[in-house]
Amino acid sequence: MKELIQSDYKHAKNSESGAGVVDYLPPQSAQNRSGSGTPDYLDLDTKDQTFLDSTEMVLNMGPQHPSTHGVLRVILKLDGEKVLGTECVIGYLHRGVEKIAENRTYAMFNPYVDRMDYVAAVSNGLGYCETVEKLINAEVPARAQYIRVILTELCRIASHQVWLGTHALDIGALTPLFYCFRDREAILGIFEKYCGARLTTHAFRIGGCIYETYEGFEKECTDCCDTFLPKLDEYEELLTTNRIWVKRTKGVGILNAEDCIALGVTGPVLRASGVNWDLRKAQPYEAYKNFDFDIPTGLNGDTYDRYLVRIAEMRQSVRIIRQAVEGLPQGPIMAKVPKIPKPPAGEVYHSIEAPKGELGYFVVSDGSTQPYRVRVRPPSYVNLQALDKMVRGLLVADVVAVIGTLDIVLGEVDR
Amino acid sequence: MSEETKEPNPVSVENSAPASSSSAIVAAAEAKAANPGPPSDSRPIEAAAPPLTGEKPAAAAKAPVAAEKSAAPAATKPVVPAAAKPAAAEPAKPAPPKPEAPKPEPWNCDLVCSLKAQYGSGIREASTYARQNCLVVDNSIALEILLRLRDDETFNYCVDITAVHYPKREVQFDIVYILYSFHKNERLRIKTQVRDGEHVRSVVAIWSTADWLEREVFDMFGIVFDEHPELKRILMPDDWQGHPLRKDYAILQQDAEWVQNNIGIESAQ
Repeated sequence: MKELIQSDYKHAKNSESGAGVVDYLPPQSAQNRSGSGTPDYLDLDTKDQTFLDSTEMVLNMGPQHPSTHGVLRVILKLDGEKVLGTECVIGYLHRGVEKIAENRTYAMFNPYVDRMDYVAAVSNGLGYCETVEKLINAEVPARAQYIRVILTELCRIASHQVWLGTHALDIGALTPLFYCFRDREAILGIFEKYCGARLTTHAFRIGGCIYETYEGFEKECTDCCDTFLPKLDEYEELLTTNRIWVKRTKGVGILNAEDCIALGVTGPVLRASGVNWDLRKAQPYEAYKNFDFDIPTGLNGDTYDRYLVRIAEMRQSVRIIRQAVEGLPQGPIMAKVPKIPKPPAGEVYHSIEAPKGELGYFVVSDGSTQPYRVRVRPPSYVNLQALDKMVRGLLVADVVAVIGTLDIVLGEVDR
Repeated sequence: MSEETKEPNPVSVENSAPASSSSAIVAAAEAKAANPGPPSDSRPIEAAAPPLTGEKPAAAAKAPVAAEKSAAPAATKPVVPAAAKPAAAEPAKPAPPKPEAPKPEPWNCDLVCSLKAQYGSGIREASTYARQNCLVVDNSIALEILLRLRDDETFNYCVDITAVHYPKREVQFDIVYILYSFHKNERLRIKTQVRDGEHVRSVVAIWSTADWLEREVFDMFGIVFDEHPELKRILMPDDWQGHPLRKDYAILQQDAEWVQNNIGIESAQ
C-alpha cells in the first residue's frame, strides 16, 4: 500500500498536466503519526487499479466548501470522477465543550450545550437537563414534561427543515430552501416568544422549565401544526416524485442495517435501513409514553429512503405536538431542586433521541457543584464516520448528496 | 438474588424516573421481579400509563386505602425503606437541600455470575447505580469480555467509548465502554482501568464505530490503543502538544508555540 502511494506520488509530480493534482498527499496523511508501520489511513482498502491506469487524483473538499455544511474537510481520492476513498478532517470548530464543563457548575454549563447542535438546541438542552436530573434524583413536574415535549418536537421539525432545505440545495433544487426557511420562522417565533431566543434557546433548566408558557402558546402551536402540514405536502410535491430528485437520491449512499449498527449510526439514518429503533419508544423519557405516534422506517437505506423517513418523522412530530398541547396539564413547572445542584458522587449515562440520532451525556460527579467529567455522545460525530463506507464507488456529486443526507452539524461533530 | 435487587429498585425507580407514571414502572418492575434479566435503564412499560398527576397512583399502587392526599406521605413511609427519603417520592414537597445519594448496589445476574465464574478476580466489580449497570473488568481481559458480550449477549451496538482521568489515583484512567443491546433493550457500561502510559487494546475489530471514538480518547487523554488502524489526533491539530482533557491540563493552557507558528498570533486566549 505504501509503495503504491509513493510511486503514484512520483507519477503525479512528474505529470505536467497536473493542474488538478494539487496537494496530492496532504500533510496529515503524509506523516505517519502513530509511528508504527500501519498503512496510510486513506489507502486502507484501495487495491483498485484506476481506469486506463490514469493518475489517481486527491481532491480537498472543504473546509470552505458550501456543501459540507460548515467546516468539514473531506479528502477525496478519485479515479476520474469515481471515489476510491475518503478521509474526513474535522476539528476546525473544536471549542473544548467537555473541558469547559469541568470548570462550570451544572447550571452554568447548560447554555453551552445549545452551541453544539445549534439547529436543534432545544434537544441538546433536554438531554443535558435530564441527565443531571437523574444524577440529583429530581422528578420533573408533568406540566414541564409536556412543555418540554412540545418544544423538542417543534425543534425536531425545525431541524429537519434546515436539513431538507440545505440537502435539496446541495443537490440542485433551490426552491425547497426558501420554503423550509420561510416555514421554520413560525417555529422560531414560538421559541422567541417562549424564551426570548430563536436559535440557542436555553429553554429548559435543571428540574423543569423556568418560563411559564405565554398567553396563546397552545393556540400558536396548534396553528403552527395546522399550517405546517399543507406546507409539508408542498415540499413533497416538489421532491418526492421529482425525476431529478429521485435519480439523484435513489440507490445513492446505501447503508444496510448491519453496517449501521456496527458503525453506531443512529437516528433517521438507522431507521431508513429498516431498523425500527427510536429512543422515544425504546426507552421513553419525559412524557413520551403518553403519546401515540409511529416510528417511520425505510427499506433500502439509501438517500431517498432517508428523505422519506425524515419527512414522515415531521408528520409524527406534528401528531405528538397536537396530543401534548391538548393534554397539557396544569401545575408547577419546576421541581424543587437547589439553585446550585450538588449531585452525590456517581455517574450516569442518559441519552435522548435528538433529530440526528442518539444524543447521550455521560456525567461523572464527584459530589461537588461542578461536574467532574461530562462526555457528550454526539450523533453527528458518530454518523459522519459512515461517510467513507457510503461514498466508495460513487461519483463526486454523490458525495455532496451523502453529506447532506447524513444531516451533520459541525458544531456538534467538533464540539 | 431477586430479593436483593428487588428491594432497592423501586426506590431508585421512583426517585430517578423522569416519567410521570413512575408507579407503573414500580408495578412493572415488581411484577417482573422473577425475570432473571437485570434491571435495565428503562424497560418497556407494559402497565397502562396512568394520568399525569403521578401522586395519586403512586399512593394507590402501594396502599389503596391512602386515597386522601394528607394520608399519602404516611402511607408511603412504611413501604419505602428507611434509607430513602420520603420527600423525593412526592414532587410537591420541598426536597431537602442535600439529596441523599442512591448508593451503588451490587449487581448480580446470571451474566455477571457466569463471568465471575469464568474470570474470577478479573471481574473487579459489578454494580447498579441509578438503575444503570456497570461492570469493572481487568484491562487484560477487557477485549475478550467485550467480544463475548457482543457475540453471546447481543450487545451489538457500541454507543460510546470515553475515558475519565483521576490523577490522584495510582491507576489514573477509566476507559468506559457504553454498550447497548437492541435485542434486550438494555444498556451496559464496561469500565477498565489503566495506568498512565499503559496501552489498551483497540476494539475497532469488534465495532467499527470504535475507530473515531478511540481516536478521540487518544487525542484528549493520550491513551494509546494497540492495533488501531490509524491512531492519530482527530479534533486537535496533528502536531499539538498535550492532551486537553487530562486533569493536569489547565483550562487556559494552550500550545503557545503551535498557536504562534500556525495562526500567527501571540496567544489564542
